[in-house]
Amino acid sequence: MKKVRFGIVVFPGSNCDHDAHYTAGTIMGQEARFIWHKEGSLGDVDVVILPGGFSYGDYLRCGAIARFSPIMKDVVQFAERGGPVIGICNGFQVLTEAGLLPGVLLRNASLRFICKYVHLRVERNDLLWTNRCTAGEVIEVPIAHGDGNYFGEPDVIRRLEEGGQVVFRYCEPDGRLTESANPNGAVNNIAGIVNERGNVLGLMPHPERAADEALRHVDGRKVFDSIVAHFVAQQTSAALATAERS
Amino acid sequence: MSVPVYNARIIVTLRKSILDPQGKAVELGIHTMGYTNVEQVRIGKFIEMQIDAPNQGAAEKVAREAAQKLLANPVMEDFHIVVEKAS
Repeated sequence: MKKVRFGIVVFPGSNCDHDAHYTAGTIMGQEARFIWHKEGSLGDVDVVILPGGFSYGDYLRCGAIARFSPIMKDVVQFAERGGPVIGICNGFQVLTEAGLLPGVLLRNASLRFICKYVHLRVERNDLLWTNRCTAGEVIEVPIAHGDGNYFGEPDVIRRLEEGGQVVFRYCEPDGRLTESANPNGAVNNIAGIVNERGNVLGLMPHPERAADEALRHVDGRKVFDSIVAHFVAQQTSAALATAERS
Repeated sequence: MSVPVYNARIIVTLRKSILDPQGKAVELGIHTMGYTNVEQVRIGKFIEMQIDAPNQGAAEKVAREAAQKLLANPVMEDFHIVVEKAS
């Protein structure tokens, strides 16, 4: 099987780029490469990761300036062609600023930066991001953000909910959605969403930081397992189609 | 002849429909000072810039586009622009 090629965009101030590279490359054994934000092209990659951090020092608004980095033109085109793009934490903020995902991440309701493990309910497992999870499964991954309070106007939230675009919600360990399980005040406990097509995922929690056995939390690996499984399935069906033709 | 210079001031505020916990916290502080007659405290941003432009309209256009595309996020913020010719 061909390795999945992960392209990790590095903005000035990104600080989870190495975590993403380590998980995709070392843990998953796939090909991982950094892409400096001033590059004009992503090159040959299968998946784009916009990592966490504080791009441009979070000046003005989180992700607001990164969105104008030269590489973002190609990221938008890649996403529009159906290419898989995952934005984690600051990457999620960049995706909303770039208009690839609806809504916005407001300051946490508590006004505090929050760094802790949270439970997430996986709402869908028919996506390339979650095919190795079961629907309704609860996973435990860390968050680390000051602006993760997902907000959208009521009609935006209604469209998201009706379209099944909410992928992850903050929940209790047993999967119940409660106010106390919601760390930042996000509407409907939303932790992660996809676009209508499902190829662009944004989430505040960090799956890449919960993928190494040494850290005793490995639930985040399921997201990476899902991505790899998706490409393996794609290659298998392509190989079968070729075999049938010959 | 040199191109005229305009001073632009842009005020960005959270939209009225959005809770502003920072404003609430400051309001509480003002109340503890004894000014219980203060309410609706909202925190925003103030941005100023100089714009070289042939006329007022052209300078306003630059300020407006900067505000719409970068300085404010219309999902959560409103903005107000004042452009004056630099003396």
